Amino acid sequence: MAAVLIVDDSSAMRAFVRAALEEDLAAEVTEAASGFEALRELPRRAYDVVVADINMPDINGLELIQFMRASEHHRATPVLLISTESSKRDRARGLQVGADAFLSKPFEADALTSLVRDLLSPKEGEAPR
Amino acid sequence: MSDVREEFLAEAQELIESLSRDLLLLDQAQKEGASEPELVNEIFRAVHTLKGIAGMFGYPTLGALAHSLEDLLDALRLGRVPLSQEVLDVLFEGVEGFQRLLSDSPDVGQFDVDRFVESLGELSATPAPVRDELERYDLDPSVLAVLTEYEEHRLRTNVREGIPLYRLRVRFSLSTIDTHLEDLKRRAKSLAEIITYLPSAGGGEGDDIDLDVLLASKCSFEELREALCDGDAKLSPIPQRDTSPALPEAQSATNPPPLSGAIGPMRVPAEAPVPADISVASDAPPPEKQELSADHLSLRSVANTVRVDIRKLDHLMNVVGELAIVRSAVSRMTERLRGRPELRQLALEIHRINRGFERRLEELQDGILDVRMVPLGQIFDRLARVVRQFAREHDKEVRLIVTGAETEVDKLIVEELADPLMHLIRNAIDHGLESPKVRELAEKPSVGTLVLNAYQKGRHVVIEVEDDGAGMNPRLLIETAVRKNLLSPEAARELSRAEAHNLIFLPGFSTRSSITDISGRGVGMDVVKTNIARLGGVIDVHSEPGAGTKFTITLPVTLAIISALLVRVAGRPYAIPITSVQEAIVLDERAIRTVEGREVLTLRGATLPLCRLGRLFDLPSPQERPSHRFVVVCAVGARRVGFVVDGLEGQQDVVIKALGKSLSMVRGFAGATDLGDQRVALVLDAPALLEEVLTLSELVSPEVRPS
Repeated sequence: MAAVLIVDDSSAMRAFVRAALEEDLAAEVTEAASGFEALRELPRRAYDVVVADINMPDINGLELIQFMRASEHHRATPVLLISTESSKRDRARGLQVGADAFLSKPFEADALTSLVRDLLSPKEGEAPR
Repeated sequence: MSDVREEFLAEAQELIESLSRDLLLLDQAQKEGASEPELVNEIFRAVHTLKGIAGMFGYPTLGALAHSLEDLLDALRLGRVPLSQEVLDVLFEGVEGFQRLLSDSPDVGQFDVDRFVESLGELSATPAPVRDELERYDLDPSVLAVLTEYEEHRLRTNVREGIPLYRLRVRFSLSTIDTHLEDLKRRAKSLAEIITYLPSAGGGEGDDIDLDVLLASKCSFEELREALCDGDAKLSPIPQRDTSPALPEAQSATNPPPLSGAIGPMRVPAEAPVPADISVASDAPPPEKQELSADHLSLRSVANTVRVDIRKLDHLMNVVGELAIVRSAVSRMTERLRGRPELRQLALEIHRINRGFERRLEELQDGILDVRMVPLGQIFDRLARVVRQFAREHDKEVRLIVTGAETEVDKLIVEELADPLMHLIRNAIDHGLESPKVRELAEKPSVGTLVLNAYQKGRHVVIEVEDDGAGMNPRLLIETAVRKNLLSPEAARELSRAEAHNLIFLPGFSTRSSITDISGRGVGMDVVKTNIARLGGVIDVHSEPGAGTKFTITLPVTLAIISALLVRVAGRPYAIPITSVQEAIVLDERAIRTVEGREVLTLRGATLPLCRLGRLFDLPSPQERPSHRFVVVCAVGARRVGFVVDGLEGQQDVVIKALGKSLSMVRGFAGATDLGDQRVALVLDAPALLEEVLTLSELVSPEVRPS
């Protein structure tokens, strides 16, 4: 079963993402309501995918990705960054720091699950995680 | 997915409320000339989140409104639009729009979003010239790469204003990071602006994590270190490049070497030389208003709360009610066991256990009731917005004083209170408080005062709405009532001043000839009174001509458990909420008269219409005719009805259970209750029943008719 960590300060967004991933991918979902909660949650288990919102107080999504990419344990964990269509700049920065996929709000549950499914299946030529 | 939608509605409502609160703080700050970047960002973030979730959950109109406001707020927080009263008005109007769009079914709100968005266009921003102030500082590119647009803007603003930047490296334990963080925010509050937190991957071992905190502060290095550093925390200034002519000279004197090639974000060697004169910029005192927003922020992030659907609590309350029934069943069983001598010892033991069970059950019941409680501040915040808006629309100056916002009431009551309180406040501003000119003529301060006060009194909560306006003239009230045939001239002569004030609660009473925008809308004080009565509360008015008017609302703390009078009709038990009962008297059948085909009694000089519950419910007459019957006098506002019952069983606290969907169209009953002795009683909805009975007979306010 795929383990997914959702990092978003909106509880409605977390509920939406959780419902989609649990229903369609039977994923095991853990929620973090802030960047700090994500930091605390990350070492607890090996997550297969992290879904993070870009705009969060204190530690934002970009800072979280930069932290993960610099860390020994979470370097390879794929991250799906959720942004709003208005913040193109943030999106460009997300790519720069190493986000693996993007989704702009609003999005359909299907778009989310298909992106997460892609991130879960190991790419060609890469050793399975 | 319906749970998910409810999550959306709950979060949206929460966001709108926090928006409203923050806007009021911002309004206050703006009036005092303080700048509140953190607060503006909070507001932006709330609107941004609202936009995001509105889009996700299919509320395009709400989303469009949020989007337009977001643009304005973005310009505001990025400094492209200055904060003015005009801008604040638009923001308040926007929040009002959110509220309306959310309370209606999706996308049928009466709020004209298109018109609103158009009006927003007039405030549109001109982009500020982008100067690369950041060149001045030797910031690691990896830091700049992860700043959001807002964080970058705050960084630039600080640099432009010549406020020095610092890096604070702290090591926190992940398990206690929340507390540490709140502590850090609190200590930095009035001294520095925290721009961002960067978690560092390299440093921490196991449970620890290193954080780089990017700060801007006018304080001296020493002052800042004193305030922020304890344990392993290390503060270092971020060095500036020499190539900045705009810098205050003193600061460019001793620049540490630039940190090119540093590995981590802002990795300044701890022993980096500290410029001795770095404190030059600290002449200006730290902005004090910072506290407002910072307090508010910390409140929000430490909140250790769970959101629960009120129906889940209702369910728990029902389970408690059922447990109470189990308890009384065990009691009865014990009584039977006691009758058998050989089991007496056993009976005593069960009795003791049952007593313990009973105590725990009461604790459980109190606990659940406690969870249902929410502070009145929730609606007081909304009302503060209304006060501001209506005062502006009516050119009145109003100072609102709110006390006791922390007083807690059942969630359901709080929701139902919003409309009546809104009406009282509109009335106070429209009819009560005079215009500044009139006030000055009366030698009163030109700014009127409106006080909203709440406090708990035993099992009741008291809410007062008081203004220092013109007060009510009893003579005018009586004249109006007589003119509108609500009062006979004879009865008018006997009214006391307090009774005259109570005339405003009669249906059809309104002292203004024209219906104004504010308190008109076809709703009168009688509706306020009825709504309060429906919550089991009462409203009183006290007024001094020239000095002001005070409304006092007394409410039960909760609706889940009510005190009821148990009566017997045709051998069946019924419960009447005690709040509706005025008195119970023995019926003297010989005193009944018939007026216009209806039975009435004369009770202390006033006509009391009677209603035989057995006949109303179409029940067979009891086989044993009771020696005497009773009249339970119920009142809602000024209207009274005497319900004729076969017997009184006494008073009891009952848990009301809804009748369920299939019986929801049956009027006159608030629900059913388990009496704990294997009997079920229907609970009468006295206000609805009264309405029904009086409408049937077309007897309107019989008391004030000449009898």
